[in-house]
Amino acid sequence: MKRFIAFVRKEFHHILRDWRTLIILFGMPIIQILLFGFAITNEIKDASIAILDQANDAHSKALINKILSTDYFKLEQYLSNQSQIEPVFRKGKVKEVIIFERDFSQKLDKEKISGIQLLADATDPNTATIILNYTQGIIAGYQADQNVLSRLPFNIQVQTEMFYNKELKGVYLFVPGLIAIILMLVSAMMTSISITKEKEFGTMEILLATPMRPGIIIIAKVIPYLLLSFINALIILTLGYFVFGVPVHGSITLLLFEMILFVLTVLSLGIFISTVTSSQQVALMASLMGLMLPTILLSGFIFPIENMPLLLQIISNIVPAKWFIIIIKNIMLKGTGLAIIWEETLIIFGFMIFFISLSVKNFKPRLA
Amino acid sequence: MFNSHSIEVRKLTKKFGSFTAVNEISFDTEKGEIFGFLGANGAGKSTAIKMLCGLWTPTSGEAKVAGFDIYKENEKIKRRIGYMSQKFSLYQDLTARENIRFYAGIYGMPDTKIKEKTEVLLDRLKLSEFADVQINSLPLGWKQKLAFSVAVFHEPEIVFLDEPTGGVDPVTRRDFWEMIYDTAKLGTTIFVTTHYMDESEYCDRISIMVDGRIEALGSPIELKERYDSKTMDEVFVKLARPAAIK
Repeated sequence: MKRFIAFVRKEFHHILRDWRTLIILFGMPIIQILLFGFAITNEIKDASIAILDQANDAHSKALINKILSTDYFKLEQYLSNQSQIEPVFRKGKVKEVIIFERDFSQKLDKEKISGIQLLADATDPNTATIILNYTQGIIAGYQADQNVLSRLPFNIQVQTEMFYNKELKGVYLFVPGLIAIILMLVSAMMTSISITKEKEFGTMEILLATPMRPGIIIIAKVIPYLLLSFINALIILTLGYFVFGVPVHGSITLLLFEMILFVLTVLSLGIFISTVTSSQQVALMASLMGLMLPTILLSGFIFPIENMPLLLQIISNIVPAKWFIIIIKNIMLKGTGLAIIWEETLIIFGFMIFFISLSVKNFKPRLA
Repeated sequence: MFNSHSIEVRKLTKKFGSFTAVNEISFDTEKGEIFGFLGANGAGKSTAIKMLCGLWTPTSGEAKVAGFDIYKENEKIKRRIGYMSQKFSLYQDLTARENIRFYAGIYGMPDTKIKEKTEVLLDRLKLSEFADVQINSLPLGWKQKLAFSVAVFHEPEIVFLDEPTGGVDPVTRRDFWEMIYDTAKLGTTIFVTTHYMDESEYCDRISIMVDGRIEALGSPIELKERYDSKTMDEVFVKLARPAAIK
C-alpha cells in the first residue's frame, strides 16, 4: 500500500507540474460550457426579413404588424416588385421574404381563401426551417383570431407544451453532452498519453523491473485522472446549474454513480489505447480521431441519432457516450431512476468489462 | 552453490520468430563481481539483461538470479535487483529528491531510511544544491550518476546496467566507474553491458557476445593472452570480425 501511495504521489507531481495541460484540463470545460450555453443556440432572435406587400390593405397590414411585433423578426425593407427578391437574398442579410398576393383582404373576406408566399434563404437549412415554422405559427394564430370573430362551424384549438425543457433551451442538451465529452477527453486521452509517455521514455521498463505488479502500476497511474475527471464533471454540473439553470431532477447519488461508471469505462478505453500504441503522438491521434469525433458526431450530442442513415445509427451503438448521454439526460432533465435506465447502465458496464479484458489481453505479452 | 553464485545461467535462449537473439548462453557470476557483457550493437546483450530482469520470458534454458528461478520466482527476483536501462530512466519533470523518493518508495523502503540515505547520497554526488530542481536542467553526466545511485538505492544484491555510460564524457565515465567499484565492494554484483572497450578493462570478468552467443569468457588478462592481443579492442575485433564479414 505504501508503495502504491508513493506511485500515486509521483503521478500527481507529473500532473501538477505540467501547468499548461492543467489549464487546458480545467479551462476547456469551463470555456466550452460558456460557449455552448451563451453563443450556440437554436433560437431565432431578430431575424431580418423583407416584405413584398402587393395588397397593402387591412388584413395584410394587420398581419405584418403581428409578425413584426414579435422578438423573432426584424424588418429589413419593403420590396416593391418580384424582381427585387433575388438580389435581396443575394446580399445575404435577409433570411426570409414574405409576399402577400394582390387583393389579399378582399379575397379573404369574400372567397374565404387567400395566399401568402414565404421564401427563405436555405443556405442554412436549420435556420430556414425554424424561421418558416415561426412565421407559419404567427399566421395560424392570426387566422385563429379571425375565425373566433367570424364563428366558423368548427374550430380545433391546438395547445402545445414542451415537457422537460419548456423554453427549449439548447444548454439543457449541451450540458449532458459536454459532461460526456470532457470525461471522455480527460479520462481516455490523458491516461493513454501518460501511460505511453512512460513507454516512450523507457521508464516503463524500469518500473516493470521493480516489484510493483503491472496491474498495480496501471491502477496507480489511472487514479489521479479518475479524480481529475470527476472534479471536471462536477464543475460542469455546477456551472450548468448556477449559470444556466440546468436542473438535476433525479437523484444526485445515481448521477454520480453513473458518472463514475462512465469514467471507469473510458479509463479502461484509455488503457486499451495505450496497450496498442507506443508513442504519445499516436496515442493522442488515436484518442482524438478514434474517440472525440465519434463521441461528438455519433453520440446524439449535436446531431439526433434518429435522423442519421441506418448504417450510422447502427454504428452509434458502439459509442459509449451515446448511452451515457441518454442516462444523464434522463436523470437530470426527467428525473428518472435506475428502474428505467438500467439497460443503458448495463451496456456501459459491458463496455467497461470488454475494454478491461481487451487491455489485459494486450498488456500481458509485453511483459512476458 | 547458490551462496556463491549471484547469477546462474544455463543454455538461456530467446527467439523472436525465426531470429535467435540469444543463443544458448551459459555463465555464472560471483557475489560482488563486476561482470562485463561486451558485444556489438544487436549482439543480444540487452535481450539477455531483459530476461534476467524478468522483463521478457526466455524461449528455453534455465537461469537463477539471486538464487531464484527466473520463470517461477520473478517477484522475488525483482525485489533483489536494480536495473538501469539504455534509455535515461529517471523522470525529467521530477526533482532529484522526488526521483529518489519515488523509486525507494516503490521498493517499499521505510520513510525514515529513505530520508537519511537521500541526504548522504545527495551529499556524495555533490547534488545537494540542486536536489530540488527538476532534473531536466541537470547535465547528462550528473543525471547518469544519479540514475545509477537510484538503481542501487534499495541495496539490491545484483544491479543490471545496460550501457550506462552511453553519451557520457570520459571524466564522468571515470567517476561512474568509481561508483561501480564502491558498490561492488559492498557485495553487490554488477552486471554491466558496454561497447566501450576501455571500460571492459575495469571488469573482473568479461563475456564477449557475437550474434547471440558467448564467444569468449574470462578476465581481461586471460582473454588478451588467449587471443594473443595487447588490448581488449584487438580481442574484440578478432572475435567479432568473422561475424561481421558473414
